[in-house]
Amino acid sequence: MEKKATRDSYGEALVMLAEKRPDLVVLDADLAAATKTGTFKKAHPDRFFDCGIAEANMMGVAAGIASTGKLVFASSFAMFAAGRAFEIVRNSIGYPHLNVKIGATHAGISVGEDGASHQCNEDIALMRSIPGMTVINPADDVEAKAAVLAMADYVGPTYMRFGRLAAPIFNDAATYKFEVGKGIQLKDGKDVTIIATGLMVAEAIEAGKALKEQGIDARIINIHTIKPIDRDIIVKAAKETGRIITVEEHSVIGGLGSAVADVVTEECPVPVIKIGVKDVFGHSGPAVDLLKEFGLCAENIVAVTKAALGK
Amino acid sequence: MDALLKKQLEIAATKVRMGVIEGVHAAKAGHPGGSLSVADTLTYLYMHRMNVDPKNPTMPDRDRLVLSKGHTAPALYAVLAERGFFPAEELKTLRKIGSRLQGHPSMGKLPGIDMSTGSLGQGISTACGMALSGKISSDTYKVYAVLGDGEIEEGQVWEAAMFAAHYKLDNLVAVVDNNGLQIDGKISEVMSPYPIDEKFKAFGWHVICIDGHDFDQIEAAFNEAETVINQPTVIIQKSVKGKGVSFMENQVGWHGKAPNDEEYAIAMKELGDHLAQLEK
Repeated sequence: MEKKATRDSYGEALVMLAEKRPDLVVLDADLAAATKTGTFKKAHPDRFFDCGIAEANMMGVAAGIASTGKLVFASSFAMFAAGRAFEIVRNSIGYPHLNVKIGATHAGISVGEDGASHQCNEDIALMRSIPGMTVINPADDVEAKAAVLAMADYVGPTYMRFGRLAAPIFNDAATYKFEVGKGIQLKDGKDVTIIATGLMVAEAIEAGKALKEQGIDARIINIHTIKPIDRDIIVKAAKETGRIITVEEHSVIGGLGSAVADVVTEECPVPVIKIGVKDVFGHSGPAVDLLKEFGLCAENIVAVTKAALGK
Repeated sequence: MDALLKKQLEIAATKVRMGVIEGVHAAKAGHPGGSLSVADTLTYLYMHRMNVDPKNPTMPDRDRLVLSKGHTAPALYAVLAERGFFPAEELKTLRKIGSRLQGHPSMGKLPGIDMSTGSLGQGISTACGMALSGKISSDTYKVYAVLGDGEIEEGQVWEAAMFAAHYKLDNLVAVVDNNGLQIDGKISEVMSPYPIDEKFKAFGWHVICIDGHDFDQIEAAFNEAETVINQPTVIIQKSVKGKGVSFMENQVGWHGKAPNDEEYAIAMKELGDHLAQLEK
């Protein structure tokens, strides 16, 4: 299967967007080469502004630009966009509900060799706690591009999470449709539901195939919008399959698993087992090895699912 | 500045100060000290200089003002009421449940508020964004950012200062209200930001130092800022915290405290007498 990092998709989508949005402005904080806003900078240097290594100011600048009616994307690594600049995002963007799109790349443990200081496993938790903030975590190239284009038309603050590691492109660009707030059922199943987001969706699909060979019929759901979350698809899965496994390249505290559990506990209590980074910091190493080590792979999803079903 | 305009501004500023005391007293909370120190400059900007229209508060080519020192909202509210953005009667709802006059300015809630502020150090960045946006689309509006002198202890202010000079935002004017006091005491003792002028100069700004209670100097400063090309301007104004109310002047205790009924009466009498004098 062809692979591409969603950060590359992000850069390409911004260039596509520039054609139909002459009001588009893109900001970065000295990471354009890595976040891939550099792709946009090359195509539209007059609409790209580097803010230097100053993420707090960049988020404020983005808020000010948005207040004048232009469409603005502000980019950095997830660690700095959601982490360092959190309070500015909260007070200068979230509170006045300004139309700023935060494009955060290098999220999760798959940052790899840079180590724990750069492996942001807390961004979803932080961003979903801000009232009115939409949180999007696309799974592959097709979804990432569609999400960028769709969210450009949506008015309101949005956090978009992209990865550094090349991810398998499993969606079909010809038929894929992005609808904010709508989960996508990738495979029906009756024994258990695996709900995944971002880089973990491809792993969940693989796990689903392996489980099927072992006689377990798992439903697979892709949640690209973590907030507002698709309550209907989750409640339906809880009712029909009785067990949910969540998989995310993020801390098990406050991310997809927590969001799913919030819905399930309120509307249809069934066991929710969370696969994610278990309240620990990461460390340096090749991304693929780290994902395996932290259990963020198809093999572990299979093992956890079987254990959950007592098999 | 001609004498008539000056008198009109002094009258308006006194009414604004009365509005501050009115609001903070009714709320039994708020920040009178810094509101009174910045009252003259805000009055000058909204009553005379800025291109704003109370009937069309979101007109795209309006001048914009970001009150980066958001805790002095009572002064901004009183000025906006004086300019006709909403009835002055509403000043008494400050900080109350259901009021459009939040403890710190909230855009979208109240006409005339160009940006939500309150968390110090953030407003100047948003003002930079507005100014940059104006440059991108060749708009002619001006952007004003009003900061406290304690506020510039925030590192983000200097990120923004670098940004504004780098992008040559000559449509941006910042005001530093140098009343010399912050919550914990004198700014020189808590965490000195001095020399403020040299710092901004080093960051590439055009610097003007004035007396923040002298309308001639205020007007001259904004006129000078208008002539500066390719550089942002900062006006550092020496001011008196609590200005206009004798027992509040230069008293750090009045940073964030409301007057009781007796203090309220004294303050309103002082300001009322001053107003009568001006209107004579």
